[in-house]
Amino acid sequence: MKPAAFDYVAPCDLKSAIDALAAAGGDGKVMAGGQSLMPLLNFRMARPSLIVDLMHIPGLCFIESRENAVVIGALTRHADLEFSDLIAARLPVMAAAMPHVAHLAIRNRGTIGGSLSHADPAAELPMLAVFYGATIRVEGPAGRREIPAEEFFVSALGNCLESEEIVFEIDFPVLTTHTGWAFEEVARRFGDFALGCIAVSLELTDDSISDARVAVMGVADTPLRLQEAEEALRGARSVPETAMKFAEVVRASVSPADDIHVSADYRRNLIGALAERAFKTALARAAGAKP
Amino acid sequence: MKMDIAVTVNGRKYQESVEPRLLLSDFLRETLGLTGTHVGCEHGICGACTILINGDSVRSCLTLAVRANGANITTVEGLGTPDALNLLQHQFRDKHGLQCGFCTPGMLMTGMDLLKKYPLASDAEIREGLSGNLCRCTGYQNIVAAIRAAVDLQNGSAP
Repeated sequence: MKPAAFDYVAPCDLKSAIDALAAAGGDGKVMAGGQSLMPLLNFRMARPSLIVDLMHIPGLCFIESRENAVVIGALTRHADLEFSDLIAARLPVMAAAMPHVAHLAIRNRGTIGGSLSHADPAAELPMLAVFYGATIRVEGPAGRREIPAEEFFVSALGNCLESEEIVFEIDFPVLTTHTGWAFEEVARRFGDFALGCIAVSLELTDDSISDARVAVMGVADTPLRLQEAEEALRGARSVPETAMKFAEVVRASVSPADDIHVSADYRRNLIGALAERAFKTALARAAGAKP
Repeated sequence: MKMDIAVTVNGRKYQESVEPRLLLSDFLRETLGLTGTHVGCEHGICGACTILINGDSVRSCLTLAVRANGANITTVEGLGTPDALNLLQHQFRDKHGLQCGFCTPGMLMTGMDLLKKYPLASDAEIREGLSGNLCRCTGYQNIVAAIRAAVDLQNGSAP
């Protein structure tokens, strides 16, 4: 199938891109890597009158280390993240997740800004943004603003952007160096969207857990940070037996729906099993990495 | 609305005027007559249309031709000739890594990128790398064997 006809502009700065979107009166669409938008155009599920191509805007493709954060430009491609030594060293959970993002040919084109804006409930980068507590920086006709990742995703394929706003960079706070972490995902086939996925990080003080962070996806319309499960871990004994209890809490705090792929029960059990596995891995890493 | 683009395909320069909605896959096949790039699903699932843009594997059906302006493209026609197959093509022939041949151009182009970017130490890694390319003859065994042989040759020839 082929896209319906559209006009196309490739502005050289963000302001011109925003102006072009505004001029299209809501009928324009931003294209970054195009790996989610192109199928929609080919199927004619999206029929914008104007495509605003961001790829000629300089300065939006970078991975930059700051004191307690890594800042990533919106047009940074998945493959850049996958093969980055900086990401491997400072955002290890992201590094572990990147090979799960689609296939190499898609990772060579797809961008982080595009993936976040597309807001697929079973995509890794939105979930990582929620896990890390990232700040998403956007620009629109009224200027720039910052949006916490947890507020950015509002529904399946829905974000909180105004129609003329564009993501330009994402700020990922790093985990402290003595944190243990794990990323677990199950998909039907390599590269497919996840049926269930969890990221866990733990900090230990003596023989108990002093802090924890838990995010899941594939079990709701948006990626979720599970505060209840984090609460349950705080103060818990840092022994493998805690994994069972943790899995229980994770299972209880999600309410997935039945869909064409699997039943709600399957997803709930899957996320529980992944939680148990992730806890054990994170615990082992935290124990090994204690300062 | 038509736009002028200049691209280099397999070392040859082309200048054409294209509609923005023209897919790069159709540009290669219909505008340039390079029909080695195959079109299967047209939504990025089957991998048959995979080509290299500036050395990276890319789905040509998920790319607009206008976005390839200034790019250096390699299609299956650029890998080798029947008399002088490249290393990977040679292994596909040796291991009988194809049946009907429809998926082969995409398998080769993906294989080229995999050889460059991953150690491919295990067959599982090769299979994972090929998971975005569908062979409906289901002839995966020999495709994996062909890439395995290419990896071994590449490692053997490297000092």
